[in-house]
Amino acid sequence: MQLDEEIEDKFELNISITNPEKVGDGMNAYMAYKVSTQTTLPMFRSKTFTVRRRFSDFLGLYEKLSDKHTLNGYIVPPPPEKSIMGMTKVKVGKEDNSSAEFVERRRAALERYLQRVVFHPSLLQDPDVRECVCVCALSGAGFLKMINRATDSLSKMTIKMNESDVWFEEKLQEVEAEDQQLRKLHIMVDSLVGHRKELSVNTGGFAKSVAMLGSSEDNTALSRALSQLAEVEDKMEQLHQEQAASDSFCFAELLADYIRLLGSVRASFDQRMKTWQRWQDAQNMLQKKRETEAKLLWANKPDKLQQAKDDITEWEAKVTQYERDFDRVSATVRKEVLRFEKEKARDFKKQIIKYLESLLQSQQQLIKYWEAFLPEAKAIA
Amino acid sequence: VRSCVEPQIEEDYQAVNVDLQTDATLQVDISDALSERDKVKFTVHTKSTLPNFKQNEFSVVRQHEEFIWLHDSFVENEEYAGYIIPPAPPRPDFDASREKLQKLGEGEGSMTKEEFTKMKQELEAEYLAIFKKTVAMHEVFLCRVAAHPVLRKDMNFHVFLEYNQDLSVRGKNKREKMEDFFKNVVKSADGVLVAGVKDVDDFFEHEKTFLLEYHNRVKDASSKSDRMIRSHKSAADDINRIASTLYTLGTQDSTDVCKFFLKVSELFEKTRKIEARVAADEDLKLADLLKYYLRESQAAKDLLYRRGRALVDYENANKALDKARAKNKDVLQAETSQQVCCQKFEKISESAKQELIDFKTRRVAAFRKNLVELAELELKHAKGNLQLLQSCVGVLKGDT
Repeated sequence: MQLDEEIEDKFELNISITNPEKVGDGMNAYMAYKVSTQTTLPMFRSKTFTVRRRFSDFLGLYEKLSDKHTLNGYIVPPPPEKSIMGMTKVKVGKEDNSSAEFVERRRAALERYLQRVVFHPSLLQDPDVRECVCVCALSGAGFLKMINRATDSLSKMTIKMNESDVWFEEKLQEVEAEDQQLRKLHIMVDSLVGHRKELSVNTGGFAKSVAMLGSSEDNTALSRALSQLAEVEDKMEQLHQEQAASDSFCFAELLADYIRLLGSVRASFDQRMKTWQRWQDAQNMLQKKRETEAKLLWANKPDKLQQAKDDITEWEAKVTQYERDFDRVSATVRKEVLRFEKEKARDFKKQIIKYLESLLQSQQQLIKYWEAFLPEAKAIA
Repeated sequence: VRSCVEPQIEEDYQAVNVDLQTDATLQVDISDALSERDKVKFTVHTKSTLPNFKQNEFSVVRQHEEFIWLHDSFVENEEYAGYIIPPAPPRPDFDASREKLQKLGEGEGSMTKEEFTKMKQELEAEYLAIFKKTVAMHEVFLCRVAAHPVLRKDMNFHVFLEYNQDLSVRGKNKREKMEDFFKNVVKSADGVLVAGVKDVDDFFEHEKTFLLEYHNRVKDASSKSDRMIRSHKSAADDINRIASTLYTLGTQDSTDVCKFFLKVSELFEKTRKIEARVAADEDLKLADLLKYYLRESQAAKDLLYRRGRALVDYENANKALDKARAKNKDVLQAETSQQVCCQKFEKISESAKQELIDFKTRRVAAFRKNLVELAELELKHAKGNLQLLQSCVGVLKGDT
């Protein structure tokens, strides 16, 4: 599994999810998305191909990947959240801003999810991933199972581990601290989105009110200036609305993604602890078997002795195996965490710069509007 | 809390009444103010060359109730019926601010030391801003009176300025408050009656129609501007908290991504200061302007009602005179009464006309000044924000 550098340097892989389309009517309706891939990777037969997938297909993919790879310590990216409310509105056919926003948010989240999966060098090897992007029908489509994975529940690990490698302990603490801060930040960004939307609505109300004031003002120049002010405020309403969307899509969604991803990271640590526990349990069992043998020797029961010897052999093998598993999983977790941190750093930088650039554009627009207004204000006599 | 009255805010309020020349014969200002638990003490400072004052320069301490007493004495004075009485300053209201400071104190345990100090500074700045505003509003009232050719000579005004003891105008007791309530009810009923009568004079008819509509629209614009600015402040507060949390994230380690968080946190700290400044400037240039003209347009409406009342009295006196002449009874009395009403009506009409013209001039000039300043400030802040964002994005992109 050493394809990381190969993928990034030698081959191209671009995946996008577009064209959400409603299929069917009423409560059985669903959204189908177009998954377009363009790649020079040899594992795919063509260079470009598209398929149509629905949300439950992506959930199904996650289930499969999680089943296979979490126990080996891999950090399996979690899919976007289910939303009964959001989806119901779409099914019922409510064509309003909030349902359009929901569909767009889901589309973008699915795209990010799929990109994370395919850019994971180990997961890309999984045939289920390939099937998701380039085969027509995916098994298991059409139902949403209640997922009860490690990512959904914060599993309270009661295993007390004798940590020989302090790196893992420190990392877990870091992950937990970061999770706390990201959740806090997410709440605040949500609050900002709310207030900006409110500001947009209130600015619109104010704009109308100023227009009314301008029309009743009997000084001509002032009347005109006031109606110009109303237009500026109208444009500001639009600007605030766009800004709130940016706050939400660029910033809030990023945080939500990483809060879920940290859950996956925690799951991989939990998995490592499970393999440790299994190794410990095997050692304890081996010890018991040895004691049994000793007892039998002392009690001089030769017929049961062979069984005891067989048991010991069996458990010695298991202990060796489980120790190897633990080492292997530890190594994987370690590698995964480092890869995750690199990806996280890259992601955050990219997204936040994108967000700042949207703020920048807002200010540029603002300047245009007020510069146009200033001479009108000065013209009042 | 003591205010070193910021000249900027004074100027902003003077802008609301741009015809206030610095007249050497009478200059009034509020040179100092002290906020105590439940009252504010204003130091009213006067410079005058008028002979009726004992000194050329003197100061007294006044509270809000004394300003109201002065205002009400103008309103109740029949001699001033033909003038727009400068609107009374609103009562100093620190309740909301105090409540927030108290809530902060209660929530101290649930936040970090930095967050607490930061929020405390924010709220204290807010308190100070409200304080400075109330000082400015009280000052503008006095300046308007001092600038008015007739009101500046008022006896009560001079007492207000000069008498260095408490004027003992304790808040109205319950009975007086009830009387006031009924007086207002009668006035507004009257107002409806009077407003219904079409005026023979085109100028006043137009003014009546105009003011009724204008006043309502200014009221709406004023409340909508307040709502808009409140949302703006809330958004700025959110950015403040986001900056703090990013800072915490950034200090957890010294990796690249942590350094990144620190830079972004610093940026947000700066941009939110600008956003808060934008909201504050909008408050000063727009919201306060609208609030002031809400009050002045009400005062102008009151003038029209008084004139309307005088007109009704005049018309009634005419009818009474005709009746008296028809019956040939108490004719002289009726004639005198009619003449008094006629003179009163004509006197009010004459000064009212000038007052309303002056009001228009003042209003247009004040809106011009404030709208120009608003636009200039919005531009200044947007450019500041833009520069911060551009330089930060440049640095962050360069680092990657």
